[in-house]
Amino acid sequence: MELIRLKDVTKQYKNGVTAIYDMNLKIKKGDFVFVIGGSGSGKSTLIKMLYREEKPTRGEIILGGLNVAKLRNRKVYKLRRKLGIVFQDYRLLPKSTVYENVAFALEVIGTKGDVIKMKTLQALELVGLKGKIRNYPDQLSGGEQQRVAIARAIVNNPRLLLCDEPTGNLDPTMSMEIMKVLEDINKTLGTTIIMATHDKEIVNKMKKRVVVLKEGRLISDYEKGTYAKEAANSF
Amino acid sequence: MKFFRMLFRSIRDAFKSVFRNFSLSMASISCITITLIIVAVSLIASLNVDHFTEVIKQDVTMVVFIENDATESDLAKVKSAIERLDNIEEITFKSKEESKQEMMDSDEIFKQTMGEWDIKDNPLRDSYLVKVTKLEKIDSTVEEIKKIDKVAVVSYGEGTVEQLVGTFSIIEKIAYGIVIALVIVTVFLIINTIKLTIFSRKREISIMRLVGASNFSIKLPFVIEGMVLGLLGSILPVLGLTYGYVAFYNYFKGNLFSPLIQLIKPEPFIFYVAGVIILLGIIVGTIGSYHAVRRYLKV
Repeated sequence: MELIRLKDVTKQYKNGVTAIYDMNLKIKKGDFVFVIGGSGSGKSTLIKMLYREEKPTRGEIILGGLNVAKLRNRKVYKLRRKLGIVFQDYRLLPKSTVYENVAFALEVIGTKGDVIKMKTLQALELVGLKGKIRNYPDQLSGGEQQRVAIARAIVNNPRLLLCDEPTGNLDPTMSMEIMKVLEDINKTLGTTIIMATHDKEIVNKMKKRVVVLKEGRLISDYEKGTYAKEAANSF
Repeated sequence: MKFFRMLFRSIRDAFKSVFRNFSLSMASISCITITLIIVAVSLIASLNVDHFTEVIKQDVTMVVFIENDATESDLAKVKSAIERLDNIEEITFKSKEESKQEMMDSDEIFKQTMGEWDIKDNPLRDSYLVKVTKLEKIDSTVEEIKKIDKVAVVSYGEGTVEQLVGTFSIIEKIAYGIVIALVIVTVFLIINTIKLTIFSRKREISIMRLVGASNFSIKLPFVIEGMVLGLLGSILPVLGLTYGYVAFYNYFKGNLFSPLIQLIKPEPFIFYVAGVIILLGIIVGTIGSYHAVRRYLKV
């Protein structure tokens, strides 16, 4: 079953720059998809449109039966509750502990106190940070901070996890840690994951579906495990 | 339940934010405090003025003395002439004998001298006691009555009462002007305070958006913060007003300068005024924060 479908999506920014040209894309439920491409290829714009930070200029984006392109500003929160988002810069609250940072996501949508506690601890266990719940973000390594951000993104059991260069600030070892956590989430929770990255090393190792963007166009779409071979052939 | 959880969270956040940006909050709170103190004083003053003019109105009686040579029919003519005027509330006749008796009753010396007078000797005059409906128009009414035939003298408060009322109403107007200006300044200060809170919590707001907090629940804490500022700003004026007015009332024993000017009894009067002050503080705070949220919190 497909979770996401993009139909003839074009995004032109107000300054005249076109970031995405006539894109068509289908993503199945439970998939793990890499979106790769150089700077300015439109990866971030694609991710932003999926969580309705940006609206497509033309075309349709259907996400779990919801037409994201037509979603009114007031209703965006309904979409956001169905997905988790992870960024390169973690975006944690510096004055809150690890626990509070994750619980915050549930608090602001009005979840009950005991449910918050249970879900927060579950999410932190999944990312392997149960022992650091009382630490503050500045007492953690980059990889750990990113895992807190991932815990926050999945604490509300989203169907889709969007990651915009989550390993961009991390060294290769920490990056692989993050990838393990993401793969774990994908397998155990069945969460669909879309990850934008330009780290080819990771993409090669993970052997997942890979969507390649170049200058706003989808130039190739490799099925699971075929990317490494093809990429190797192209050298 | 969910709504109350959100409300509780918003109230907690609002208080936290007030104390986190304490110096800024203090500026807004003091401005609200000053405004509300002036509002309280003006309110108490104007309500008291209204109260005692009402009391005075019931008491101010003009005495229309009739010339000594007036006959019975002259008296009737004067009466109907007065009754025809439009500012007349009540008119009663008081004969010179009644006046004499009244004076004799009031003083021992009068009793001794006047007791020897015969009816014919009585130099006092027959009179009509007239009450007016509108105190402000008493002057013109007096002028009208003076023109009536056989009316000798008209005596009344001679302007002191209206002067007093007039002065108070000017003070009242000035106070209203100051209050309006202060309310505007306060609203702007609150807008600024909330604006800075919004900016200092940009990160938090952006995360709230990402994780799917509704617009309402993002905005609510900031609007409540304005309410809290208003509420905190009203504490001092309410305390000052409650204790101040009671002390003032007791000091003057309920009358200001003369028994004519009666003050309103403190209870339950001050509770009503305190309620108005608190409500006004909250309303001013809410208006300010609501504007700030609309202008600076784009969701």
